[in-house]
Amino acid sequence: MTSAENKPSGRIDVRYVAHLARMHLADDEIARLQPQLEQIVGYVRQLNELNVEGIEPTAHAIPVQNVFRADEVRECLDHDAAMKNAPLAREGQFIVPKIIE
Amino acid sequence: MANLNQLTVAEAAEKLAKRACSSEDIVRAVLSSIEKTDKQVGAYLTVDAESALAQARAADTARTKGENKPLLGVPIGMKDLLNVKRQPCTCASKILNGYVAPYDATVVAKLRAAGAVLLGRLNMDEFAMGGSTENSAYQPTRNPWDLSRVPGGSSGGSAAAVAADEALATLGSDTGGSIRQPAGFCGCVGLKPTYGRVSRYGLTAFASSLDQIGPLTKTVRDSALLLGAISGRDEMDSTSLDVPVPDYVAQLGGDLKGLRLGLPREYFIEGLDAEVEQSVRVAVAKCRELGAEIVEISLPHSKYAVAVYYIIATAEASANLARFDGVRYGLRVDGEDPLDQYGKTRAAGFGQEVKRRIILGTYVLSSGYHDAYYLRAQKVRTLIRRDFEAAFKQCDAILTPVAPTAAYKFGEKLADPLKMYLGDIFTIPVNLAGICGVSVPCGFTSEKLPVGLQVIGPALGENVILKIGHAYEQATPWHKEKPEISG
Repeated sequence: MTSAENKPSGRIDVRYVAHLARMHLADDEIARLQPQLEQIVGYVRQLNELNVEGIEPTAHAIPVQNVFRADEVRECLDHDAAMKNAPLAREGQFIVPKIIE
Repeated sequence: MANLNQLTVAEAAEKLAKRACSSEDIVRAVLSSIEKTDKQVGAYLTVDAESALAQARAADTARTKGENKPLLGVPIGMKDLLNVKRQPCTCASKILNGYVAPYDATVVAKLRAAGAVLLGRLNMDEFAMGGSTENSAYQPTRNPWDLSRVPGGSSGGSAAAVAADEALATLGSDTGGSIRQPAGFCGCVGLKPTYGRVSRYGLTAFASSLDQIGPLTKTVRDSALLLGAISGRDEMDSTSLDVPVPDYVAQLGGDLKGLRLGLPREYFIEGLDAEVEQSVRVAVAKCRELGAEIVEISLPHSKYAVAVYYIIATAEASANLARFDGVRYGLRVDGEDPLDQYGKTRAAGFGQEVKRRIILGTYVLSSGYHDAYYLRAQKVRTLIRRDFEAAFKQCDAILTPVAPTAAYKFGEKLADPLKMYLGDIFTIPVNLAGICGVSVPCGFTSEKLPVGLQVIGPALGENVILKIGHAYEQATPWHKEKPEISG
């Protein structure tokens, strides 16, 4: 396991993380975010004080498991209504930049 | 006599049932109060007066035909992240500028079914991220008690509108305190129901394992009334609980004899404002006077809650907000290829706090860090849940302050995100544990700023906390006080 607490600098590569998040950031934004994020991550590292060996993680606070319903066709959002907010659409389809030449 | 916009939901419903006034009269009174006051308060992002009046007239017609639904003709305002068909839903973000909801959220459908008139969209922190409503991409909302101060957040518009009598009641959402804290700052009643009590279908998701919708109201009775109207199992939200909805209003009344109320020693700490602490301590004494037994309890992992929250909530947010990519709805900034388009769209559409949280959430989920941050936070979340399970073996409900301070000035915490996050220290644990809490007015500071008392209950313990809140409210004068701006 690569664990963050073993990384001495705690430096976050904000540009790389922004790439993972599919969000362009300007240089001044990165400069502003860098110390803020490192301060917050420094703060959340206090969780390392606790021994969590053998503790089950909580993903959800309530004991609901998979919920199924009968696979029946029901009324749903009309195609045109669903497309209405599209920034660019043609013939009922979303337009995106070309992916394949 | 009070103006019609000053009525509570219960009073309005009674007047309407007796035909002492029409829904149109009430809606007109609310609209004129918005007209008069909202230039200063800024609670509403949009008000569709024509639609509200049309709904009101339809309600009045239905009543003359003998219909008598519980909320028939009562106007309710919506936080701008709840989808109301044919109304905008921007989440106070530029990325959803111009978006028009194609469907009703389940809470909206339920309010319609109960006869309510849907009135206006209320300001908030962008995507519900923040505690002051300063993160709205559109406008500030001012605290009706002191216009130089924030209304709290993220449901700041929902709280300010109720406090300024620009609404009878509103709905908000609460992921880490976003209903209870603004209710506390603005002197109204704010309820965060148990996770799963209310369907989240049609609520724009921030952190799906923490989000709940709840009412902001002038009284505890109204809170009970609205909770009953919006609760229940919904096929459209698989996390909604299949548990019967009790008559919350019928269970109000009586004193607090036989109830044990816990005071967590970890909540009366350094950083808690002296006047806030004093008001809460006096409120605790009042509850004892009303017959409750007060016991000291311990929630030993409380100090870790903010750290756990800012890992889990941002992780979930980074996934939920991935949908805003400029393809299907909202803002689109053209790029050379799809990746460039996503990057540019999200750069232009999201504000600073949203970007900060998306980056943090992406980081804690990224390869090599997932176990150290996200998984560890989920395990500590278990410890926090267990703290409450143990506490509720010793008491029926828990009394705490809502927030460490009363409402602060604009800009005071903006430069220091961590300081802003620590303002949620008393409300966050309730979301992490999936239990319920209500904020009830419990006094004022020397500067006449409202202070809130939080009553925390176990899972599905809404009837208990509402009963306690109601008994306390009825024994104190706080809920009757109004800011000067209201009228």
